Amino acid sequence: MSFITIKNHQPVPVNTIPELEYDIFYNLNISLLAEHPERHCVLYFGYRVLDVIRLMCCVADDIQHNILISSSIVRSDSKLNSFSAKNLSFERFEREIHENFGIDYIDHPWLKPVRYSEYRIDKSKTIHNYPFFSIESEELHEVGVGPVHAGIIEPGHFRFICNGEQILHLEIQLGYQHRGLEQLLLDKTKLIQRTTLAESIAGDSVIGHTTAFAYLLESLSGTVPESEVIYSRTLAQELERIAVHTGDLSGICTDVAYQLGSSVFGRLRTPIINFFQEWCGNRLAKGLIRTGYNPFPFSKALSERLTTILDAFEPDFVEMNGELSKLPSSLSRFERTGTLKYDQLLSIGTVGMSARMNALNRDIRMSHPYGRYPELNHEPILKHHGDVYSKVQIRKQEVLQSIEYIRKWLNQIPESTKTQPQPVTLKPDLFAISLTEGWRGEICHAAVTNNKGELVIYKIKDPSFHNWLALALSVRNNEISDFPVINKSFDLSYCGHDL
Amino acid sequence: MLKTLQILYHQGKQYIPDLRKAKVPGIFRGRPEISSEKVDEKTLADICPTNAILGNPVRIDLGKCTFCAECSRLYPGKIHFTTDYRMAVNERERLIISEGVLTPITLNPGLIRNEIHRLFHGSLKLRQVSAAGDNSCELELNAAGNVNFDIGRYGIEFVASPRHADGIVITGPVSKNMAEPLQITYDAIPSPKIIILVGTDAISGGIFDSSPALDRRFIEENHIDLYVPGNPAHPLTFINGIMDLLGINT
Repeated sequence: MSFITIKNHQPVPVNTIPELEYDIFYNLNISLLAEHPERHCVLYFGYRVLDVIRLMCCVADDIQHNILISSSIVRSDSKLNSFSAKNLSFERFEREIHENFGIDYIDHPWLKPVRYSEYRIDKSKTIHNYPFFSIESEELHEVGVGPVHAGIIEPGHFRFICNGEQILHLEIQLGYQHRGLEQLLLDKTKLIQRTTLAESIAGDSVIGHTTAFAYLLESLSGTVPESEVIYSRTLAQELERIAVHTGDLSGICTDVAYQLGSSVFGRLRTPIINFFQEWCGNRLAKGLIRTGYNPFPFSKALSERLTTILDAFEPDFVEMNGELSKLPSSLSRFERTGTLKYDQLLSIGTVGMSARMNALNRDIRMSHPYGRYPELNHEPILKHHGDVYSKVQIRKQEVLQSIEYIRKWLNQIPESTKTQPQPVTLKPDLFAISLTEGWRGEICHAAVTNNKGELVIYKIKDPSFHNWLALALSVRNNEISDFPVINKSFDLSYCGHDL
Repeated sequence: MLKTLQILYHQGKQYIPDLRKAKVPGIFRGRPEISSEKVDEKTLADICPTNAILGNPVRIDLGKCTFCAECSRLYPGKIHFTTDYRMAVNERERLIISEGVLTPITLNPGLIRNEIHRLFHGSLKLRQVSAAGDNSCELELNAAGNVNFDIGRYGIEFVASPRHADGIVITGPVSKNMAEPLQITYDAIPSPKIIILVGTDAISGGIFDSSPALDRRFIEENHIDLYVPGNPAHPLTFINGIMDLLGINT
């Protein structure tokens, strides 16, 4: 066999993953993905083994619910054929491998730095001399925005090439948020330190990322959490989705100057995140997700409280959405704005809500289900226009879907018997991969342990990793004044990308 | 038009009337209280992910604390997090809470510069810079301006341009890659100006303190006017801190 087949959250001995010659590895993964829209690469990364680099490619098959893992050993001074020349979704993965290890790709479109990592090979490349794409022209002009933006928002630089008001090209330069998080996960060995780091990957996706982290460490340590833990995680994930989607609808209304929608959606988010505080003491749910146990078991009292909150939330949410979707001044800004086609989304590896906006069915809750999702038979909400309005509609419908799921679960609270943590000891020589569906899309964590049971690599992929390119492509031929609303409709993570 | 009025009517009253006395729902983790119970100080200190617990006497540094509450879970008789959200200070040392101290956290009035009261009391415009923040404090700062907290009622606002600002609000541990943009933004603000740090990451580096990817010289070299602890800082912690700094009493 040239690859092994595993399930989401299933650990395997790392030496059972086949090590292939690079050419075979290359042909295998390219052919696995060619003409197979149900497959996509969830993670492609390298890590040092003595003085060589082991490349690991993880391809998810959404119909078979499997993940296909293969690997190859290469030297850091190798000159290799790039996957990207055949499949664009590898473009950023290969830039990252080049940045971290110096591996050269002969036919990669442009090996630009991804995030100016502290651990990059070439320190002469700095964030101040990023090689932007530019056009020599008398008619065109460039607009640079950031890294510090006009609002309370994370930093990143956007460079537009415009013809008058029309955007021809946008390049997004990231890396300002780089904190060296993946390396800290190896250096800091206490579980609570690692958990705190996982909670800080992206503060808007605390549940999504920390759940991926907890599942991964449970896989690597053989810890089996009781059903209450799984229950609370799944419930919290859907609550996080409701909160952020609602907040994003507020932001989208702000960006089309619709004050009523902005205020109403903004205040509707408040009771949901305040419920997190009632449950676990933190409005963004930091402190709730722990490996192997739940410090805040869900209770009958919380269930009654949440029912009251959702009963008050739902009619106001539906009413506001009804008005928003009838308002010509907002529809004219949403419809046919920032459009991407199915083929574009597929080719660059878009995931999550941004993929579902034009019929690309990527949803881990359906394709690689975990927690309470297998029994739900979750059906993702798909739209077919790929514009801002598609994402507005997805948010509205996903919020209502999440409320329906939560209402169902509120009648089935499991008993909690273990409120104290079990010791978590990682087993030696294992590999595991953990996928969860955050509100933004697919979150992927993977790790490898050595013969002493220590982590040798911890890899994180936020859905924004691929979706930033989707944003850059979606604004082409739009007016530059529409950029804010298109950007907000994606609402991508800077820190989740920069790590 | 009628529908708009109907929606408005359905919202009812959303604003918090008294931001000074508002109660936070549930089990918020705010100002800790440390009892005089005898415990092994080294074991207690070892629990903390960010070395925020100091010994002899037992103290918690809220500038480093991530409010994960592992310590109070394991030593419930020793450490207890109250729901008191008023934790902002203008002097770094005041964030260190000692054993047996049960009094509220306050600012040092002697350290507040005269021009802050004089110039910013009725109107304070702030420029926010996220310097490797994880977007949690940023979300809470945005929430401070929503219809519930409505910090704008006191003339306190976030503005787009540093040229229009009276001060800078920094979140995040300050990455190397953000050190220069942070300095440039600060330099663009006209004097006199204030610096506010929001969140544990900004105040001490938090869980990232040992990372070589940070450059915290800006924080170390400048006078900080207000420290707002939290992970993330609660909007009420931020709002009350600013009201204390400006001397707004209502």
